[in-house]
Amino acid sequence: MKNNLKNVVLKYKSLIGLLILCMVISFITPRFLTIPNFKNVFTQVSVNAVIAIGMTFVILTGGIDLSVGSILAVSGAAAAIIIKSTGNVVLAIIVALAIGCVIGLINGLLISKGRIQAFIVTLATMTIFRGVTYVYTNGTPISGLGQSFSAIGNKMILGLPIPVVFLVIVFVIAIYVLSQTRYGRYVYALGGNEDSARLSGINTDKIKTLVYVISGAAAALSGIIVTSRIGSASPNAGVGFELDAIAAVVVGGTSLSGGEGSVVGTIIGALIIGVLNNGLNLINVSPFYQAIVKGLVILLAVMVKKKNK
Amino acid sequence: MAKITPLLQMKNVSKYFPGVKALEDVKLEAYSGEVLALLGENGAGKSTLMKILSGVYNKDSGSIIIQGSEVDIKGIKDAEKHGIAIIHQELSLLPNLCIWENIFLGNEEFNGITRRINKKTLKEKSEILLKDIGFSIDVDTLVKDLNVGEKQLVEIAKALSKNSKIIIMDEPTTALTDVETDNLFKVITKLKNQNMSIVYISHRINEIFQICDRITVLRDGKYIGEVMTTDITKDDLISMMVGRKLEEQFPYKKSPKGHTILKVENLSFSEKVRNISFEAKSGEILGVSGLMGSGRTEMAKTIFGEYKKSSGKTFVDGEEVNINSPKDAIEKGICYLSEDRKKEGLILGMSVGSNMTLANLKKYENGAKRIDKVEESKSVQEYIKKLSIKTPSAQQLIKYLSGGNQQKVILAKWIMLAPKVLIIDEPTRGIDVGAKKEIYDVLNELKATGKAIIMISSDMPEILGICDRILIMHEGEISGILSKEEASQEAIMKYAVGIKN
Repeated sequence: MKNNLKNVVLKYKSLIGLLILCMVISFITPRFLTIPNFKNVFTQVSVNAVIAIGMTFVILTGGIDLSVGSILAVSGAAAAIIIKSTGNVVLAIIVALAIGCVIGLINGLLISKGRIQAFIVTLATMTIFRGVTYVYTNGTPISGLGQSFSAIGNKMILGLPIPVVFLVIVFVIAIYVLSQTRYGRYVYALGGNEDSARLSGINTDKIKTLVYVISGAAAALSGIIVTSRIGSASPNAGVGFELDAIAAVVVGGTSLSGGEGSVVGTIIGALIIGVLNNGLNLINVSPFYQAIVKGLVILLAVMVKKKNK
Repeated sequence: MAKITPLLQMKNVSKYFPGVKALEDVKLEAYSGEVLALLGENGAGKSTLMKILSGVYNKDSGSIIIQGSEVDIKGIKDAEKHGIAIIHQELSLLPNLCIWENIFLGNEEFNGITRRINKKTLKEKSEILLKDIGFSIDVDTLVKDLNVGEKQLVEIAKALSKNSKIIIMDEPTTALTDVETDNLFKVITKLKNQNMSIVYISHRINEIFQICDRITVLRDGKYIGEVMTTDITKDDLISMMVGRKLEEQFPYKKSPKGHTILKVENLSFSEKVRNISFEAKSGEILGVSGLMGSGRTEMAKTIFGEYKKSSGKTFVDGEEVNINSPKDAIEKGICYLSEDRKKEGLILGMSVGSNMTLANLKKYENGAKRIDKVEESKSVQEYIKKLSIKTPSAQQLIKYLSGGNQQKVILAKWIMLAPKVLIIDEPTRGIDVGAKKEIYDVLNELKATGKAIIMISSDMPEILGICDRILIMHEGEISGILSKEEASQEAIMKYAVGIKN
């Protein structure tokens, strides 16, 4: 009986951690447990969470995608350029997403067929496409993107901020794919043991390439959200976002070596970090301390996971 | 043989894993200057017991007594301190380091002041250790460039380097040729005469009668009994192990042989596979014999599309097929069960059920690309029953199953696909007599339904027992083909070493 309780606690440790965190913060400040604050937290978190969900697919296969921040910037810039030249918001969104997919495809092909390590490939594309962003923005933000575009990041649908709606849709699709489809099963198999997966007849090159396309698309979607919320496409957008995404994935319990984890964990990881930041803000802790706290949370999460083994 | 007090006593040892009682009140006694066999079916608990002794696992209860005093073994270094060394069934060498580095890993001698490793001394010591077990090789060779048998010998040298009093060998000869096995037995005898205590875990009853003095038998995690080798017959020993009388060890079933299912013509790959041509017919088990390094696995992997052939053609049911990947091969009805299940067969972090259906998921896919988990579960249960796979449930992580049961899961994975040709590479390596027979029965059933089975094996009795025809390979080429009637150990060996007629 005692053993059972221990197993249950360990299984849901991330969720329990999140709940405890919420309880502690709400004790300290009454402003935490309010609907406007929650909406705020979710909106803040949604950008990172969308990228992190894409990143989860990559990390589950044992890979990594360092280029998501740059993909966010270059697709945001592309959307801005299209809006300024054609005024067509829908076209801007499609092109932005397409760019995310294409860069993801480049990453995926170099890693799977090119047999170059993911770290190196995505480090290179991270640098290259940051440079591309600078070239196309001439180093300055592109602003004046109009009402209809800014609605995406700032308006609501069904009482929820649109970025949160995007997050929910992405989350539902991701969970479905990973837990219910053949492709999802293959992603876990590939991360667990690539040789065994290939010898079982799985097209490992295809699976690998696709996860990077997914990650690129997610980053591009976040690029659209960010550009819309701020109202301009900055050449510095997304810098460091890859680390926040990886942090969310890791805190949520997905293993960096692949084969183990879930997007549910990732969302909880993103929420833990987001709630922590929010709580510290409400208590008026300097943002400098927030970085220290975030790093400690990551270590703590991994140590708890290790103790479980 | 010092028989007064046992060098080692294990009393009432128990160990539990989630959902499994691996050991219950087990006892073991080992004496200096004696070779003790530890015998039991898969899942009997032999490996677990030895992992507790060598510090890899912690026991849940019981006591370990060495030279009369109780000891607490909390980890591998503790075990080493007490003079216990273990050579695992699953080799634990580091492939990117060379031989002498692996042998002295963790025990490097270095200069106290400069902290520099005494490379020269260690290299010399390594050469001596290896020569003692009949292995001459440049100790700067990287371990990843050695084959399985050679790695095994380095493992043994590593254990010997630690000046142990008790050496545990877990299935040491599974990847060794007859020549190397003889060498190993010479070394074991030498060690025995130096008053060392050797615990020898093996399923190979013939070897046990050859080299062991006493036998302890475990079954289902419990201690069954202890006998002197001279006091028992093979049949009685098997009964003790299995709990029932085993009829035939190698059941051979004659089936009507049909048309050629697989034809391979002039197949080549690098230097390892040279101009191989043969046919596999419906309703037959075609054995592939040969010494280590003869290219059998390479040939199988080339047919399967894992290796890219440099020339040659493959025909399935008379039609030429183009196979560039395992996926292609499977689509054409060719399946391959790898010799290294840990590295190439299993996905350790996944469940028994997920491992089993991994190659067949398309079958359970319904609309919206969804896996019908009910159907999947039905298939899994069907095969768990069919192959008598011992597991608490289909959700159990496969890493907790014993080697034999893991192998059965992988076998189920391929049989589920109803392949035309099933290539199996060392299918019963590291598997006990009871499970072996179950696998042979499955193979015979498959054969009777008209499949062609190609069985690569280094187990001579197995090849002679259940195969209809036997191919022998030598240095990448087929050096001979024998029918069951023509075949004998000598005939096979003759072709295996390259004497042609």
